Amino acid sequence: MSMNKVLEKKLLEPLSGNHAVAYAVRDCDVDVISAYPITPQTTIVEKLAEFVASGELDAEFLHVESEHSALSAAIGAAASGARAFTATSSQGLALMYEVLFIASGMRIPMVMALVTRALSAPINIWNDHSDLMASQDTGWIQLVSTNNQEAYDFIIIGYKLSEREDVMLPVMVALDGYIQSHTIEPVQLEDPEKVRKFVPKKKRPVTLDPEKPVSFGTLGDPDWYYEFKIQQAEALERAYQAYKEVSSEFSQYFGRSYEPFQILYGEDSDAILVVLGAHTGTFLKAVEMARREGMKIGLGVIRMLRPFPPEVSKYLSQYSFIGVADKAINFGSASGSYLTNDIATSLYLEGASSRITTYIYGIGGRPVKIEDALYVVRHLWRISKRLEEVPKKPVFVGVRY
Amino acid sequence: MKKPGVKDLYIGAVIINPPTSLTNKTGSWRVIRPVIDQDRCIRCRICWAYCPDAAILELDQPYEAGGKKYSITYVVNYDYCKGCGICAAECPVKAIKMIPEVEKL
Repeated sequence: MSMNKVLEKKLLEPLSGNHAVAYAVRDCDVDVISAYPITPQTTIVEKLAEFVASGELDAEFLHVESEHSALSAAIGAAASGARAFTATSSQGLALMYEVLFIASGMRIPMVMALVTRALSAPINIWNDHSDLMASQDTGWIQLVSTNNQEAYDFIIIGYKLSEREDVMLPVMVALDGYIQSHTIEPVQLEDPEKVRKFVPKKKRPVTLDPEKPVSFGTLGDPDWYYEFKIQQAEALERAYQAYKEVSSEFSQYFGRSYEPFQILYGEDSDAILVVLGAHTGTFLKAVEMARREGMKIGLGVIRMLRPFPPEVSKYLSQYSFIGVADKAINFGSASGSYLTNDIATSLYLEGASSRITTYIYGIGGRPVKIEDALYVVRHLWRISKRLEEVPKKPVFVGVRY
Repeated sequence: MKKPGVKDLYIGAVIINPPTSLTNKTGSWRVIRPVIDQDRCIRCRICWAYCPDAAILELDQPYEAGGKKYSITYVVNYDYCKGCGICAAECPVKAIKMIPEVEKL
């Protein structure tokens, strides 16, 4: 289907999450794509290779020798003023680890899609959030989509946010391996001209330019390093307000908007279950089923993981009981869950005394059925009715002992 | 003078006013200095090529040594020479000696 036909017919295109990302990258008129294949990300860069080969996208397509190089090449391209993109999963993200800090520390505006997948060992190509969660402290802005439309939209929002002069930080857009990446959903594609009007390419004040030489990647000795890190921390904090502005403008252009943190069925609920990613739909279904049984549980959806949205604690502090569903294990940490650590810290700093129950689920792609989600919702409801104690350790949903 | 702070510095440690490496006289790091014996030097250019800081200068300066006439002379730019000694190690005729900057106490 050509771009023009999509426009004429205003079709919802049936797209996998990976192809939705590739279309968004095309529509943002990205200049440089560095590509290294890894399951389940590969079909993003394959689709982009098709767009470049067919002339639909005028971009440099770089075949690099590793993910370390993929991100390094994207950083170099972005430093020269180009709009750069790469995508990865799991071990690929792990191999990029040191370069993740360099991208954010050098204040590189770019977007990377992370198709979430479990980390080795044992080797596992299926979905959980261990790669996403382990990269949350690398200084990137992290947007987590819950469906393929959001994956398409977050790439576009990501470039606008990343390139703002008051932000200038890389953006990671997460979508869940297979559950989104290889599952076809209807996606509203937007007019590429309109997308490009929303994310216009502007000449940045400082780029690598032979006419006006500058140095990127310099030494920061103890006399200077600290100041640059504070600048970086402040920029990431500003990214929250910047996101809200970009998201509101996106909604004016395209009619869809995404709050960094959203509560569904919050008004009369006894407890809130906090989730993120593709299983949001499963947990929402379970919440709705439980509510028909009279269990008043609400759902909190995190779409911005970094910076951690300040309203999470503001909203959650109104509830005595919180459930947190995390698709990753934070080995040896206070709660055993990345999400719980953040939520508990933010609630404590707010002065709240809400009790948190952590549910770990779907590790290594263990199927998450509606029964599993219902188990979580019912368990949280029993806690909220004081029929059960708040466990000090995470509840591992669906594991065999 | 107060050094630039969080609000003054350009982001990302990007150096926007090059070449700052010229004002940063790294020669002050040196503890031993290379000294070229011009009479032994055969003008082979190896020290010039190996110097990692481009601190060996090739001057258009004639010099006569041992009955030979050379049109060029090599000198060390002590503003930037860090005293690593690579030139002395590579010199095929041992014309460069490394001399301590400070006498032993």
